[in-house]
Amino acid sequence: MYASMSDSVSVTPERAPVAQPPPQPPGRRRRVRQVNVHRRREARTAYVFLAPWFIGLFVITVGPILASLYLSFTDYSLLEPATLVGLDNYDKMFTEDDRFLASLKVTTIYVVVSVPLQLAFALALALALDRGLRGLPFYRSVYYLPSLLGGSVAIAILWRKIFGTEGLVNSLLGLFGIEGTGWVSDPDTALGTLIILHVWTFGAPMVIFLAGLRQIPQSYYEAAAVDGASRIRQFWSITLPLLTPIIFFNLVLEVIKSFQSFTQSFIVSGGSGGPADSTLFYTLYLYLKGFKSYEMGYAAAMAWVLLLLIAGLTGVNFIASKYWVFYGDTK
Amino acid sequence: MATRSNAAPFLFRPLPRGGRLLKHLLLIGFGLIMLYPLFWMVSSSLKPEELIFREPGLWPSEVTLDNYGEGWTALKHTFGYYLWNSAVITGLCVAANLVACSLAAYAFARLDFPLKRLWFAIMLGSIMLPHHVTVVPQYIVFAELDWINTIWPLVVPKFLATDAFFIFLMVQFIRTLPRELDEAAAIDGAGYWRIFLRVIIPLCTPALATTGIFTFIWTWNDFFSQNLYLTNSDNLTVAVALRQFLDSSGESSWGPMFAMSIVSLGPIFGFFLAGQKYLIRGMATTGLK
Repeated sequence: MYASMSDSVSVTPERAPVAQPPPQPPGRRRRVRQVNVHRRREARTAYVFLAPWFIGLFVITVGPILASLYLSFTDYSLLEPATLVGLDNYDKMFTEDDRFLASLKVTTIYVVVSVPLQLAFALALALALDRGLRGLPFYRSVYYLPSLLGGSVAIAILWRKIFGTEGLVNSLLGLFGIEGTGWVSDPDTALGTLIILHVWTFGAPMVIFLAGLRQIPQSYYEAAAVDGASRIRQFWSITLPLLTPIIFFNLVLEVIKSFQSFTQSFIVSGGSGGPADSTLFYTLYLYLKGFKSYEMGYAAAMAWVLLLLIAGLTGVNFIASKYWVFYGDTK
Repeated sequence: MATRSNAAPFLFRPLPRGGRLLKHLLLIGFGLIMLYPLFWMVSSSLKPEELIFREPGLWPSEVTLDNYGEGWTALKHTFGYYLWNSAVITGLCVAANLVACSLAAYAFARLDFPLKRLWFAIMLGSIMLPHHVTVVPQYIVFAELDWINTIWPLVVPKFLATDAFFIFLMVQFIRTLPRELDEAAAIDGAGYWRIFLRVIIPLCTPALATTGIFTFIWTWNDFFSQNLYLTNSDNLTVAVALRQFLDSSGESSWGPMFAMSIVSLGPIFGFFLAGQKYLIRGMATTGLK
C-alpha cells in the first residue's frame, strides 16, 4: 500500500487528444500543432483546477514555513517589531530551558512506548479478525470507534475522570481492596494514562492491517499447507513478511501523528503539562510559549526543531525499512 | 521440535466449535473492556451526582436527566448555541474540502501539465507536514487581518485545499475509474469542466462521502485551532466550551460535564453509524486516521 503512495502520477504523455474536430488531419505539421494547442489548453485547464491548491500551498503552507524560519532567529511578541537575535532561541532551547528538554523527553517516551504498543494491538486484533470470522464488520466497528472519538475534548475529560483520585479505575480497584493513587495527579503515572489513551485508539491502524491481510493471496497459504507448513510457520513466513510494508506505513504515520499530540495532554493536565511537567507534550509547550507568553520567535524555533525531528525520524524509518520491509522479490 | 510432525496437522484443522465460540467470547469481552469507559460515561451522566463515584457499575440505581438540564445551561450561552457554532464551522469546512480537493484531485488524476510529478510529490509531502510549523506565522497574519475570533482562520484554509490527505484519497479513487468514460464524453463534445461535473463527480460519490465524513469528524473534534482562534465567550465551539466547562467547574459537577460530553460526541457517533462503510474504505485505501 505504501508503494502505491510513493508511486507518482501515471503520466500519459502520448495519449491522443480525444475531441479533435477534423476527422482526417490534412498534414503532419498541422496535426503536431494541434496536439500542442491541445496540450497547452489541457495544462491551462489543469492550473485552473489546481488554483485553490496552489494559492493554499504558497499562502497557507510554504510562506508560513519560511516566515517561521525567519521568526525563529528573532525575538518577537506580536506587540513590538521582531528583532534579530541569531541562533539565540535554538541555543537557549538546548542549554538553558529545562522545560523544553522535559517536553522533549516526555514526548519521546510517549511516542516510543505508545506507538509500538498500539500497533501490536492493532496487528493482533487484525489477525484475530481475519479470514472468514463471522461478525467481522461488527467487531471492526466496535474496535474502530475509539479511534474516531479519541482525539476529542470529551474523551480527554473522561480520561481525566477515569484516572482521577475518585475515578473509575480506583473504584474498580477498590472492589479488590486495592487503594489506587490519583493517576493523573501523580507525576509517575500521569504520562501512562495518556499512553493508554493512545493505545486505546488502535482501531485505525487495525483497519489498515485488515485491508493489507486481505491482499495476501489465499493460494500462498494453500501452497504452504501442501508443503506441510504449520499455521505458526505460515504466519512467520507468509503473513508477516508480506505485511511489513503496511506495518511500516502505519509506523511512519503513527510516529508523525503521535509526536504532535496536543488535546489529550492539554485537557488532562488542565493546560499546564503538569504534574511536574510530566505530561508536557512538545506541542503543548510550543503553544504555551507562542500563545500564552507570546514568545513567538522562540515558538517558531521550536516549530522548526519539531519539523527537523519529524523529518529526521521519518528518514531514519525509511533507511531502517530497507532492512526489514519486504517489497516482494521483484524490487 | 520433536513434536512438529504432530503439531502441524493439529494447527491446520479449523478451530473446533468450542474454540470458535471461545474466540468470539474473547473478542466480545475485549470489545466490552474497550467500550467500558464510554458506557460508564453514559451511565454516569444519568446518575445523580453523589452516586457517580460510589457505583462503578453501569446500571444506575436511580436514573435522572438533571445532569443534562444543568449542563445545557451551565455556561454563558446554552449548549445548543455552541453546537450551532460548531455546526456552522464544520459544515463550511466539509463543503470547502469537497470542492477544493476534488478540483485538485481531478487535475492530478486526469490532466497533464508541466512539472506534474513534482507538484504531486509536493502535495504528498505536505500531508506529512506538522501543522505546528506553520501555525505561528499563520496566527500573526490572521491577527493582522483582524480575523481572530472569527471563523475565517478555521474555514478559509480549507477552501484552499490545505487538507492534502483528501486530494490524495480522491486521486487514488479517480484513477480507478475507466478513462473510456471521459473519452466517450469528450467525443460527445464535453469539455474538461463538463467531464468533471457530469462524469467524474457523480462516480466519485464514495470518495466524496469519505472526505465529507472525515472532515466532519476531524473539524468537530479539532481543539487546537478552535482554542487558538476562538477566545471570545460568544463564539466558542463545542470543543472549546467543554474545556471552559472543565475550567469553571473544576473538580465538581462531573455529572453535567459528562452529560455535555456525550451530547458533543453525539454527532460523531451518528456520522460513524451512518458512514461506517465509507470510513473503513477510506482508511483502507489511504491510511487516513
